[in-house]
Parts: sequence; structure tokens; C-alpha cells
Amino acid sequence: MEKLEYLDLYQQMVVIRRLEEVAAELYQKGKIGGFLHLYIGQEAVSTGLISARRPEDRVITAYRDHGVAINCGISANEVMAELLGKVTGCSRGKGGSMHLADVSKNFWGGHAIVGAHLPIAVGLALGDVYKDRKAVTICMFGDGATNIGFLHEALNLSKVWNLPVLWVCENNQYGMGTAVERASAVSEIRQKACGYGMKNEAINGMDVIEVRETALRILEEIRNGSGPQLLEIDTYRFRGHSMGDPERYRKAEEVHQWQENDPIGIYRRYLIGREVATEAELNEQDGLAEQIVQKAVEFAEASPEPSPEELYAHVYVEE
Amino acid sequence: MPEMTLIEAIRQAMDEEMARDPNVFIVGEDVGKRGGVFRATMGLYEKYGESRVIDAPLAELSIVGVGIGAALYGMRPICEIQFADYIFPAFNQIVGEAARMYYRSNGEWTVPVVIRAPYGGGISGGLYHSQSVEAFFAHVPGLKVVIPSNPYDAKGLLKSAIRDPNPVMFFEPKKGYRLIRGEVPEEEYLVPIGPAKISRFGRDVSIFAYGMMHYYALQAAEMLAQEGIEAEVVDLRTLAPVDKTTILESVKRTGKALIVHEDNLTLGYGAEVAAIIAEYAFTDLDAPVRRLAGPDVPGVPFSPPLQEWFMPNPEKIANAARELARF
Repeated sequence: MEKLEYLDLYQQMVVIRRLEEVAAELYQKGKIGGFLHLYIGQEAVSTGLISARRPEDRVITAYRDHGVAINCGISANEVMAELLGKVTGCSRGKGGSMHLADVSKNFWGGHAIVGAHLPIAVGLALGDVYKDRKAVTICMFGDGATNIGFLHEALNLSKVWNLPVLWVCENNQYGMGTAVERASAVSEIRQKACGYGMKNEAINGMDVIEVRETALRILEEIRNGSGPQLLEIDTYRFRGHSMGDPERYRKAEEVHQWQENDPIGIYRRYLIGREVATEAELNEQDGLAEQIVQKAVEFAEASPEPSPEELYAHVYVEE
Repeated sequence: MPEMTLIEAIRQAMDEEMARDPNVFIVGEDVGKRGGVFRATMGLYEKYGESRVIDAPLAELSIVGVGIGAALYGMRPICEIQFADYIFPAFNQIVGEAARMYYRSNGEWTVPVVIRAPYGGGISGGLYHSQSVEAFFAHVPGLKVVIPSNPYDAKGLLKSAIRDPNPVMFFEPKKGYRLIRGEVPEEEYLVPIGPAKISRFGRDVSIFAYGMMHYYALQAAEMLAQEGIEAEVVDLRTLAPVDKTTILESVKRTGKALIVHEDNLTLGYGAEVAAIIAEYAFTDLDAPVRRLAGPDVPGVPFSPPLQEWFMPNPEKIANAARELARF
């Protein structure tokens, strides 16, 4: 990788981090309503993963989607505007936090029903095979989604039809407030792929370079006809499940322990240690991220709300 | 004009659309090598190959989920659910995903998928092979719901459904698959999704029905005609979006409305038709709106007399319409 690419990964991670910290403040001020699920702590997962995709590879994910949207190239302005329900948001305010999407960026959305997008990913991949196009569908989901039937049907189908899907389980250790081992018969999620004869592995999701390099390798294998694979990426969310989560299900020490493995801190040390960048250069990136986020807030706050007639727009396709 | 059965018309519609558009494919349980449990797809696997007539595992939510994904991709999938009774594992995919994609994406993503399912009783299928499910889906904005009653409409409506950019639920009265015959032109035609059809004109009472019940309603109207009662029969055909205009025109002419469906009564499709009439044609009515529907029991029972008691039939329809005509 060139220095600029290394810095770009860093930039994406700090933009996600700052954007979400600011979103949390806006939520507390009542400027963002509804539900807000922060990705803080997990930035290395989607940043590393999506940096490894080619433009033709599509990405589809669950509801914790702000980071994924940024990594897929949706601007901070559009993400922030969508969080505020403004017409300039990437879903013109109809979607909100959990339903960011932009097909022009080959980002097929955040999806709010746990697991429901998995069979849809199979259909997207089937499209590629049907049309004889070489692309991979990258489908991300949380550990909680591995206990619902959607996953099992989707894994089975993708394997039996030998489709180019990379199943990515972001194991952040909790399905809402329930620890993995209290909800899943196997706490090593990757084992679930074994029942479908599917190649699988587990990696550390706090290290953006490890995620990127693994994803590059696996995506190439899938592109070359390996069939679907499952990648478990172990990570941790530093904040609650959503903004309204009192976090009674985990101890503060546990959170602190993980926070010592902050993916941004790890990557900073990596870049400085390898003399890819200096501390001052990274601080400069932090400043740029801050500017991007502040501008996004200004943009979002100044943007108009959707007009009432948008309520009835796009119920049916009219020809 | 050649005469054919309902199921032959359905098969022909899929065959022609697959020949016309390479993006059209079929996915479902046993639709390929076996040709479908009711033989709706017979011969298509041989003609179009396994990549276009895809045998899926017994996994309804995935059959529909894959259809939605492929439709988002730009394909024109036809998902077959073997019996309407099996559709519930896919309920989330249909109601939560297919119906909402266009709206949630502000017009960016379309889901041109057709979900076909045989429905209805009277075939001794018992509790889990006789259900009518149209009311669940007709409730959902974003979905179109179509139920043909004859081969001509079945072919023309299914072809329209396949070309429609919206998700279309296409429910087929399975009792009529081989029972209902009719003329189907050789030349290409479409029947538009949306308009209902007045299939028999009459001045005394309007009978609104669809699918198998429409077939019976025509028989009932024939019986009533012998007695001097002229029943008008309206084939609703497209349940969603509903054709209010045709419903109201007919009621305004006859002043009396009987709605017939085999789905059970409470909150069935007839409730919506009755509400439309009450809201927009109250002063044209000469009698209370009447509904004839399956009884409110959890399923169509197996035992022949119980099933007979459950199902509306031409006699029951004629009796209800006669009472209404004499009101």
C-alpha cells in the first residue's frame, strides 16, 4: 500500500469515530430521534473489509451501518443528514440511521430486521452468476443473526448453488444485551459454517490491516470460484447496543479492557511504529476528520425537512 | 380460439415471458425436474435449463428472499410457493422487505418479483393445504395482489405481473386449475393489473367475487336467472390496488351488494369492499351489504361434510343473492 492509502484507512476510521461521537451528542440534545446504534469500537472491521473490495463487489449489512456507509463512500454530509431525517440524506430522510443506502456506491443498505437481508444477499449473488459477472457479494451481520433461521437457509443455499458470497459475521460479543455464549450453542461463530461444508476462519477485528489482508485474500479466492466463505471478525462495541442501553449486562472492566485494544489506537501505533506516518501527520488527519464532521453537522442542520407529499411518494412504481 | 385449462394458461404465460425476456426465471420447490407439484412449470426445465428453472430447497423465506435480491439486481424472478399455506415463513421477506424497498430507497430500488401460490379449499387438502391468504397481503401498501378466475385473465394478468416493476402476489385458485376451462387467443395480449371486470350484467343485485368464488358466482347467477333475478357479477381480479370505481358503479346500478370469498369472514377482503361501499355509495343502497365467506374457524377442515359446510358454493351464493334481491 502507498502511504496515502494507509492514511486514507486512518482517515475513514477517525471520521466514523468522530461522526458517531457527535451523533451521540445530537441524539442527547434531541436532534436525532428514534434509535441510534453506534459502531464505535468496530471501525476496523468495515474499514479493513471494504477497503479490500473492488467497485463491482457489493456490500449489504445490518442496522449498525454508519461506518459501513462511510467506508462505501457515502459522504459524512449525507450520513449526518439522514440521521437528522433531512431530505438531503442518502435515503432522503425516509430511512434514518438503520437504513442508509446508495446503490451507486454498491452499498445495498443497512437492514433493520436481524438476518432478513441474508437471503436477499443470496439473490444478489445469484444475479452475478446469472449474468456471468465476476463480483462478490459481501454480506455483513452480527453474532445475534447467527441464531435465526435466515442465516441457516442462506448459508445452505449459497453453498448448494456455489455462489460468490462472503459472509462476514461481526462478532461484537453481544446480541443486544445477551452474551454470545448465552444465545448461541457454539460461541465460535465460524463453526456454524462447518455444517454447510463452507470454508471459514476467524480473525481479530481490532486490527484493520489484518482484516484488510484477510479480506483481500478471501475475496480473491471467491472471485476465483472457491464458492461462499464465512469470515468471523471478532470485535467489540464500546458503547451500548443503542443509545438507550443502560449496559447492565456487562462489567465496566470488561469494556475498559477492550478499549485498551482500540482499533484506532492500534492502527496509530502500527503506522508510527512502521514509520508510515508521524504522530503529527496523524494528528493532522484527526483535525481534518473533525472539520469533515463539523461541516456535516452544519450541512445536516441547514438542510430542509422532507415535504409532506414525500409521505405518499414511492409506494408503487408508476410506469 | 384454443380452449385450455387455468393451469395451462398459467404455464403458457410463464413460457412466453421466459422466451421474451432472458431475465425472467423461476425458483421454487420442485419447479424444475418435477415440473411443479401442480405441474404449472411442466416442460419449462427441459426448455430453459436448470439456470432458469431453479429447484430450491424446502425453504420459503429463502425462495422469496432470493427473488427479492435478484429483482433488486434487475432480474424478473417468479417465485413459486408450493401451497399458499406455506407462505408464512416468507411473510417477513414479502411484507417487510419486498413491499418496502421502493419506499425506503425513495424510488431507487425496485423489486419486480412475482410470487405465485396456489390457494383455496374444496380439494380435501385439509387444514394446511386449503388456505386463502390474500387478505394478509392486500393489507400491505407496496404489494399488488392478483387472483385470476379464468384462463384468459390468468394468462394476461400473469404476463402483466411479470412485467410489472412492483412486487406482485399472484394467487391461483387451485381447485380451478383443471376444472376451469376457457378460450385463450393465440396472439399476444396482456390483461392490465388494476381494473375489475363486470363479467355478467344484471339489474337486481351485484355479486363481487374473485378466483374460484367468481366461477361459482357465475353459476349462481345462471341459477337466479331461471327465477327471473338478474344478478350482476363483478370479478375483482386485482385485490390491491383495489378498483373502487367499478365496485361503486355496479352498486349504484343495482343498489345491492353481495361479496363472496372463501377466506374466513372476519377482516377478510369483503370487509374492505363493504367499507368502500358504505363510505362512498351509502345513499345508493337499497339493502344492507351482505358478505358470504368461509366461517371463522382456524382452517378448512378435512372431513367431506365439514369441508362442504366451510366452502361457499353456487347454491349458497344463489341463496344469499336471492335473499338480498328480495329485500
